Amino acid sequence: MASREPVRQQHGLVAIDGAIGIIAILLIVQIWLLSATLEAFLAGHTGPVVPAAIFSGFLFSASVALNAFVDRIDRNSKQS
Amino acid sequence: MSLFRNPSKDPLWKDEFSVFAGDERYVARRQFTKFLTLASLGMFVGNLWILAKSYFAKKPVYPALVVAEVGEVPVRGVKLFTYPTPQDNCIMVRTGADEYVAYSQKCTHLSCAVYYSERHDRLECPCHQGFFSIRDGSVLQGPPPRALPQIVLEREGGKLIATGVEVNGNG
Repeated sequence: MASREPVRQQHGLVAIDGAIGIIAILLIVQIWLLSATLEAFLAGHTGPVVPAAIFSGFLFSASVALNAFVDRIDRNSKQS
Repeated sequence: MSLFRNPSKDPLWKDEFSVFAGDERYVARRQFTKFLTLASLGMFVGNLWILAKSYFAKKPVYPALVVAEVGEVPVRGVKLFTYPTPQDNCIMVRTGADEYVAYSQKCTHLSCAVYYSERHDRLECPCHQGFFSIRDGSVLQGPPPRALPQIVLEREGGKLIATGVEVNGNG
């Protein structure tokens, strides 16, 4: 069993790296969304404000879910 | 689902500063993930802030300003004026015998002053070749992302009066 431990840990790290990659992409989309919404708002266009806030909230929820996923893997690695 | 780490049996210092190299890699990634999620929260709060600002924004009140006398400008002629403040340059074009249109003169791309091209019957920005329709100020060509704000003109007797600014939709 002792020899399987590092392999399991390694798999966990790969999963976490994948989650981090996805969160980073979501964050880049959110940054673009915020800048585009601000640009439109300052130009007097309020049309995109509500959908942008909803979509940003959705992206944030996805980030929280991925954060919980990372947390769970982290906990499992400690229990093993 | 919790944004922050679930409490474990170990004290926090033991959790965050593991003596095992394998666990340490997890700690670094966990903290980085937490940082990214908090940054995501920041972006969401920013969008909510814009939403609140637009919801509570007061509608601007525009003054009435005499722009020109009817017939003062020849057909296809132009008159420049400022509205609603002396810093906001505008351009009025007489498009027909009894038709007048007025727009903000500031290009929506990088704020260069647009001018009326009689030859092409459109408003043109000389900086980056952005062209706007003379009918509604919409973008015909070039990099401007939005239409020109239109100045609302009303005719009162022999006078043309600016009464407001209309921000049109995309392109």
